[in-house]
Amino acid sequence: MSNNGTKTTLLRLEDINTYYGPIHILQGVSLEVFAGELVCLLGGNASGKSTTLKTILGIVKPASGRVVFNGEAIQNQPTGYRVERGMAVVPENRRIFGSMSVLENLEMGAFLRHDRDGIKADFERILGLFPRLKERLHQLGGTLSGGEQQMLAMGRALMSRPKLLLMDEPSMGLAPKLVEQNFELIQQVNQQGTTVFMVEQNANMALSIAHRGYVVQTGRIVLADEAKNLLDNEQLRKAYLGR
Amino acid sequence: MHTQEVGKPMDIFIATLPQQIINGLTLGAVYALIALGYSMVYGVLQLLNFAHGDVYMVGAFIGYGVMMAFIPESGPLFAPVIIIILMLLVAMLGCGVLGIVIEQFAYRPLRNSPRIAPLISALGVSFFIQNAIQLTLTAQFRNYETEKLIAPAAGIDLGFARLSATRALVIVTAIVLMIVLQYLIKRTRLGKAMRAVAIDREAAAMMGVNVDRVIIFTFFIGSALAGAAGVLTGIVFTRVWHFMGFAAGLKGFTAAVLGGIGNIPGAMLGGFILGLAETFAVGFISATYKDVVAFVVLIIVLLLRPRGLLGARIPQKV
Ligand SMILES: Nc1ncnc2c1ncn2[C@@H]1O[C@H](COP(=O)(O)OP(=O)(O)OP(=O)(O)O)[C@@H](O)[C@H]1O
Ligand SMILES: [Mg+2]
Repeated sequence: MSNNGTKTTLLRLEDINTYYGPIHILQGVSLEVFAGELVCLLGGNASGKSTTLKTILGIVKPASGRVVFNGEAIQNQPTGYRVERGMAVVPENRRIFGSMSVLENLEMGAFLRHDRDGIKADFERILGLFPRLKERLHQLGGTLSGGEQQMLAMGRALMSRPKLLLMDEPSMGLAPKLVEQNFELIQQVNQQGTTVFMVEQNANMALSIAHRGYVVQTGRIVLADEAKNLLDNEQLRKAYLGR
Repeated sequence: MHTQEVGKPMDIFIATLPQQIINGLTLGAVYALIALGYSMVYGVLQLLNFAHGDVYMVGAFIGYGVMMAFIPESGPLFAPVIIIILMLLVAMLGCGVLGIVIEQFAYRPLRNSPRIAPLISALGVSFFIQNAIQLTLTAQFRNYETEKLIAPAAGIDLGFARLSATRALVIVTAIVLMIVLQYLIKRTRLGKAMRAVAIDREAAAMMGVNVDRVIIFTFFIGSALAGAAGVLTGIVFTRVWHFMGFAAGLKGFTAAVLGGIGNIPGAMLGGFILGLAETFAVGFISATYKDVVAFVVLIIVLLLRPRGLLGARIPQKV
């Protein structure tokens, strides 16, 4: 575990190169997330945001570079190893298990845990966070509304009691009011101690709750700064903030 | 209406119907067990494992070998029930392992290839197994000596029909296996992982599920059920040979499609319906139609309801 002043690095990507077949997607991506932070990764369509998350999780393997989590180089470890050590994801489009019940979806989030009492406690805590899910425990995941599915995806990820919560476009497909609620919730989860690394296209919203942000363009990090500086950044404003 | 003309065949029909139903359920139990393996593998991999019928055939031969080993000239070495259980267990274990080997060598290397590649590989494995058995055991028919374990006269007279002990054994064993499978899929951690992989492989991996291991277990369980079906076939119909997997595989596949491929209760239902349909066609029309029924059912289902009886509109798999 490396110390940077008083901050502890939880996640670090070092010069990551990821390919899909012959196509070079991530081109030397380096970034860092400190324990307790809420960091966002901004970028347009097909810029490599989801690929970055999948590389962190081990769904795709980088051709070169290191993924360091909690002081350990894990780029060659399978996804299960990373989840066991504290990563969880709210994937793009939520990826709810449609023909499983809400309860079973939540159980899938705790798939690698064996501490029954801890799971039970987290389950109750998450149902407290999302009362809508509590009323629908035996409904099939696929029959939930978009907003409810977002809650379920979030609840499922929290069921593993993660150190690092990865989120891929949590605002996608939600009405503005729901987006706002959702971001408040993410902020709340972060304030309660979970480090969050979030991919977003909705730069305004993301930067309003994030501590820091990175901007990725065709597989390269082109900007990295404090969130408040990015909000004022002329370049970013033109490209993404639409103001 | 010409009641008098149809009266006589109608009487025969009604008189033999209960017995035909029992026979149909026996055959259906076997088809259902085969269909389950087809459907489970399709559910997790979207792969039609055309070698599945040959795994069933190998199961029938393993059961035969165990039976012969425990029934020397002097008579059975153990109580019949123990020998039958051993036949089932050894065949299920052997076929389960065979299923894993097939997955490792024939399908895993092609996991990311176009879908036609594993299909061709499956046909290759099918020919390989058939020929391997023919080479080592010859093309002769072998006969299960079921009468040494279960007296042919044993059974229950239901009045309107007779349920022989062998048929009862087949139906009960198949139903017990299906209940165990249903419990495994609905209630256990492995079962939940199997369903998750079937619904969305990548999302399951994101939850930390070891997808490769789930696929291995799926092949093991599906193939073990085929092995059990092979033994049950031997016990009730006695004759086994190296080519028996072809027709049985086709019927298991048809039953799986009829129920909705990838759907577990569908496979069970499809198996029993096909078994009944085939038995009725043979019993009430002509034995020449035995193997045609499956083709007709397959074509009708594909034309009228390709997703099968219980299949979801969008394939939802397991
Ligand atoms: N499995 C894959 N095989 C081949 N190419 C892929 C695969 N997944 C993504 N790509 C390509 O990689 C590039 C980056 O994709 P990625 O999903 O990381 O983009 P993104 O920034 O998340 O975009 P979006 O905002 O639209 O979700 C795209 O050009 C995409 O087509
Ligand atoms: Mg994306």
